[in-house]
Amino acid sequence: MSQNLTVVVVEQNHDRAFAIVDALKAYGDVDVFVIGNVSGLARKIATHDPDIVLIDIDNPSRDMLEELTVASGPLERPVAMFVSGAAGGLARAAVEAGVSAYVVDGLQADRIKPVMDTAIARFQVLRQIRVELAETRRALEERKVIDRAKGLIMKSRGVPEDEAYALLRKTAMNQNRRVAEVADALVTASGLLS
Amino acid sequence: MRTVALPVAYMPLVDAAPLVVAREMGFDHAEGISLDLRPAPSWSSLRDMLAFGHVDAAHLLSPIPVAIALGQGGITTPISAVSVLSLNGNVVGVGAQLARKLVDQGYGFDFIDAKAAGAALAKAADDTLIFGVPFPFSMHVELLRYWVAGTELASKNVEIRTVPPPLMAQALAAREIDAFCVGEPWGSFAVEDQFGALLLPGRAIWNCAPEKVLAVRNDWAQTEPHLLGSLMRAVWRAGRWLSNPDSRSTASEMLARKAYLNVSPELVDRALMGEFTISPSGEHRHVEGFVEFFEGAATFPWRSQAKWIAHQMAKRNGLEVGAAEHAAAKVFRSDLYRQAMHRSGIETPGASEKLEGALPEPMAVASAKGSLILSRNVFFDRRIFEPSE
Repeated sequence: MSQNLTVVVVEQNHDRAFAIVDALKAYGDVDVFVIGNVSGLARKIATHDPDIVLIDIDNPSRDMLEELTVASGPLERPVAMFVSGAAGGLARAAVEAGVSAYVVDGLQADRIKPVMDTAIARFQVLRQIRVELAETRRALEERKVIDRAKGLIMKSRGVPEDEAYALLRKTAMNQNRRVAEVADALVTASGLLS
Repeated sequence: MRTVALPVAYMPLVDAAPLVVAREMGFDHAEGISLDLRPAPSWSSLRDMLAFGHVDAAHLLSPIPVAIALGQGGITTPISAVSVLSLNGNVVGVGAQLARKLVDQGYGFDFIDAKAAGAALAKAADDTLIFGVPFPFSMHVELLRYWVAGTELASKNVEIRTVPPPLMAQALAAREIDAFCVGEPWGSFAVEDQFGALLLPGRAIWNCAPEKVLAVRNDWAQTEPHLLGSLMRAVWRAGRWLSNPDSRSTASEMLARKAYLNVSPELVDRALMGEFTISPSGEHRHVEGFVEFFEGAATFPWRSQAKWIAHQMAKRNGLEVGAAEHAAAKVFRSDLYRQAMHRSGIETPGASEKLEGALPEPMAVASAKGSLILSRNVFFDRRIFEPSE
């Protein structure tokens, strides 16, 4: 019987994939394979004959893995979802952390748990970074639009910057909208008119 | 008025309309609840969100709760379908290569005759024909299998693979699939993005197919019967509102919003109005009743519908058919539907089962207070499904 667990990680982003692989390798006896391109996913997974498949829960390709749960799927042995076994609490934690695990039937829960804990912790950190990055990008984008809207008002009304900004804020307040939304509407409208 | 917040998961599709409308038109507040709608990235996630208690109810493919009852697909948490959210609403389409061949052989793309479409496609296709569908447990799979078995396509080696709709174009380009069956707006996307043409609306195969259901966990239904009743009535009112032709363009605007489908209202309009552009060259077809949210007791969860789904699944996967139908019938909760609707004097059918495919014309049936009109219900091959005892 082979001692090493074989884990397949489905992840398109290189940095994230490496981070997860590193974390799993540090845990020990694990063979980790990364699948980046999801086309023909079910068959690619089957060639590795894994014990566990890890995939980000937000990944729409996750549905392709469901084929593996159908007995007549490409894997010889049926693949069970984590939750059907005794490790129900762990599965719940996995879902909460945003990682989904598919585990081959008959694997001992105590062998899975450390791998899953490691993966979950790693996914959580990466998720946080991703959310922060998206938030920063959005803020930057909004700042740019507001600046452009201020410029438009200053030019067409001949008012100074602080007055232009005050006007944007007042309009937003009166219409019960966000300043960024009003600015966006103004920039779009002026684009159409010019 | 104080309302109870109810987390409900949905897939951003046109047929999530009853949930979106219930929220946007305030039918939820009128029932003392407020829907907290949460989009899901995939059907498996959506199902898990419901099974693990992250949400209390979900917009689910009608075969998913049946599959769970038959022990298929991993999850074991018992789920009930308490009402049908929509009938029909899928389209079958082909990739650009097959579309060209079909045009070359003079096929007229009538968008009506499933038998002729099957014959034409069989002539155009190679020996192996691969369809992409969104999920292995879906009406998409059931309709395709039923259609293939009853047409000349039966002589082909037909494979069905799961491909998330956003990746359908890529899969067609890579020749991993030749054709597809998806819900709107994905079919119209395929045409807009020029990678496919539409061959048939799902209703051309079965014009009364339960497509999506409102699903809850059995234990939740037991502990929260009042919340469940409120939810069901709010969604029923939303369906009735949607069935008014005057509501449709407003509904398209609502669904198209960034928070929901985030597509152009014009694309949503096609499904709700049944006005389809079927090819990149702009050919147009009208489909009456492309998707139905209300008329003809559409939202009643007939136990015979669950049995039809179970019958197909059992035959395909080598399960005992009678036992499968028996297990599935318990999943479509006509009992809970009646309980919830009676409180508000809403009419429900007296029976819980019917022959599927046996109504060539609309027909009045007995209901608690008088009569309800059931819509036409036919399969393309005119066969009748008689549920087992």
